[in-house]
Amino acid sequence: MAIHRHDNHKSANAFMEWMDARMPVTKVWNEHLAEYMAPKNFNFWYYFGSLAILMLVIQLLTGIFLTMHYKPDAALAFASVEYIMRDVPFGWLIRYMHSTGASAFFVIVYLHMFRGVIYGSHREPREMVWLIGCVIFVALMAEAFMGYLLPWGNMSYWGAQVIISLFDVIPFVGPSLTEWIRGDFVISDATLNRFFAFHVILLPLILVALVFLHLVALHHVGSNNPDGIDIYDELDEDGHPKDGIPFHPYYTVKDLVGVCGFLIIYMGVIFFFPDMGGILLEKDNFAPANPLQTPPDIVPLWYFTPFYSILRASTETLLQFFAYSSVIIAVAAAIFTKFKLPVRAGFIILGLIAAVVFMNSSGKAWGVILMAAAIVCFFLLPWLDRSPVKSIRYRSLPFKVALAIFLVAFFILGYLGMNAPTPIKTLMAQVCTCIYFAFFILMPWFTSIGKTKPLPTRVTVKEH
Amino acid sequence: MADNHVSEASVHNTEEKSVEDIKRRRFITGVTAGFGAIGGAVAVTPFVMSMSPSERAKNAGAPVQYDYSKIQQGQMVKVEWRGKPVVLLKRTPEMMKGLDLISDNLADAASDASDQPAYAKNETRSDPAKPELLVMEGVCTHLGCSPVEKLAIGPDPQMGDDSQGGFFCPCHGSKFDLAGRVYKNVPATSNMNVPPFKFEGNVITIGEDDGRV
Repeated sequence: MAIHRHDNHKSANAFMEWMDARMPVTKVWNEHLAEYMAPKNFNFWYYFGSLAILMLVIQLLTGIFLTMHYKPDAALAFASVEYIMRDVPFGWLIRYMHSTGASAFFVIVYLHMFRGVIYGSHREPREMVWLIGCVIFVALMAEAFMGYLLPWGNMSYWGAQVIISLFDVIPFVGPSLTEWIRGDFVISDATLNRFFAFHVILLPLILVALVFLHLVALHHVGSNNPDGIDIYDELDEDGHPKDGIPFHPYYTVKDLVGVCGFLIIYMGVIFFFPDMGGILLEKDNFAPANPLQTPPDIVPLWYFTPFYSILRASTETLLQFFAYSSVIIAVAAAIFTKFKLPVRAGFIILGLIAAVVFMNSSGKAWGVILMAAAIVCFFLLPWLDRSPVKSIRYRSLPFKVALAIFLVAFFILGYLGMNAPTPIKTLMAQVCTCIYFAFFILMPWFTSIGKTKPLPTRVTVKEH
Repeated sequence: MADNHVSEASVHNTEEKSVEDIKRRRFITGVTAGFGAIGGAVAVTPFVMSMSPSERAKNAGAPVQYDYSKIQQGQMVKVEWRGKPVVLLKRTPEMMKGLDLISDNLADAASDASDQPAYAKNETRSDPAKPELLVMEGVCTHLGCSPVEKLAIGPDPQMGDDSQGGFFCPCHGSKFDLAGRVYKNVPATSNMNVPPFKFEGNVITIGEDDGRV
């Protein structure tokens, strides 16, 4: 490989000159930190990207120290976690950092995703940033799920039992696939061992690689901002965006403030509420796994509960409702759209086929399909959103109303997922499931109606 | 990688290269890549297979025995077979009567779409020789949780006001009657499985029935 002699970046001293001739250290530093132009109007919501990286590092480090004492063996795992908690010096702190860290990671990632939605960071040209982010979200869920089996508590055991059984509904190959995943006919030592391997090696590697790609894509297109306008539209005489400031030192310093604030809350939880009354560490998980006894109220950890509620909501009532509404939607589409007659007839036929399928299939399979679809919806967001503006500051009223209703439904689903199902709660979950999907299905419509506010040419910022 | 070399070479000799030559090179590249893919698949196979149940796991599925004369009227015990809880319930006459009362609420009352040995495919889902003894895998057919027994007859917050006793799955709210038959409009769609079993005196063997029908 020839030495790269065309870098425009000045090396700081003789050592860096020697280094830069062999490895583009200064170039990378400048391109991604010291000369990476970020919009100058970043606000509170922009803390969560760097906090997510911090959280990944904390989880990797605490995880390494936990593996020094943990035993991935069905006969020893539960006791080894108790050993870490009681006998290993500061083991309790490292374990609480890791267990609280999992929840903190999800809080940060959910807020980070919400930031993307309200400011339109998923829109053109940042679709790849968003898509890679969605894959990170899925990988993170897999990582958290597998990590939750490792303490080998009773909730670990039955949670894994439920989620692995999801694959049973796949036609023909389902049962043998679940056997292959478990490595046994039931959740057992084999399952624990492989989940340990995935949790500490495979998924961390995948996550780090995905985060790297997330940043590569982001730095290729540049950061969005709370106004959702392109700062490269207004350049100064040097060709730099007028509203851009170098990421370092401006945002490294700003993010450090966010880190301090976050660490106060995070350490506060670790020291004073490490199990958060059963939300961060579930009470049933303080008993070892018992294959004969399902805990009385089996619930996943809070970050999975919205999706878990959707899974549970899928009963015949919901499918009947889906059948009727697909007919109604098809008829409405046939009457109110302006396509040619055969296309409109096609809508009705499609609606009828959908109705027949819904009426004749089982709630069990649809529960799994709906839960998967609920996550797939996030991937489609860049193409479902048709608003002419990106940021919620300039969006039309229908979008804001729809987003508010969606948020309420999402929180209710999350709450219901933490509680035992009763007929009234199942009904509420079904209503919220419908709202959840309606938000995505109707998005192309409600983002294209209503009056948007005029966009500014420069970002709005209070000068200090 | 190999592609680069081929295209570089062809850039140098474009004039001399005939269409046949390019086609030939593409064919050879394709065949090489194809064999490479097959080799890759073969290399992956042992890793994929290594995750299947091991011989030790396969051997752990031996039948278990239990002295069922110890079970009182209306009492339920669980024994472990292949790592799964197997329910042994000696039903009282009232419990047996209750099975008929709620059959309209069931999704598969005749067990047509459910998994059980032929001798247990009946209203009570038990061996006609001992109809009151329910032998059943206590595993919800929805997602594999172990349903909680609700043996009392009468109103129950989860089972409903007209409950004749049954099993309630705490995970997703599926309901079963005291024969393990699933209710309508719950996530599970088939009755809980009945394993093969046989009686010898007071001892029941679960996991083996000598092929009886």
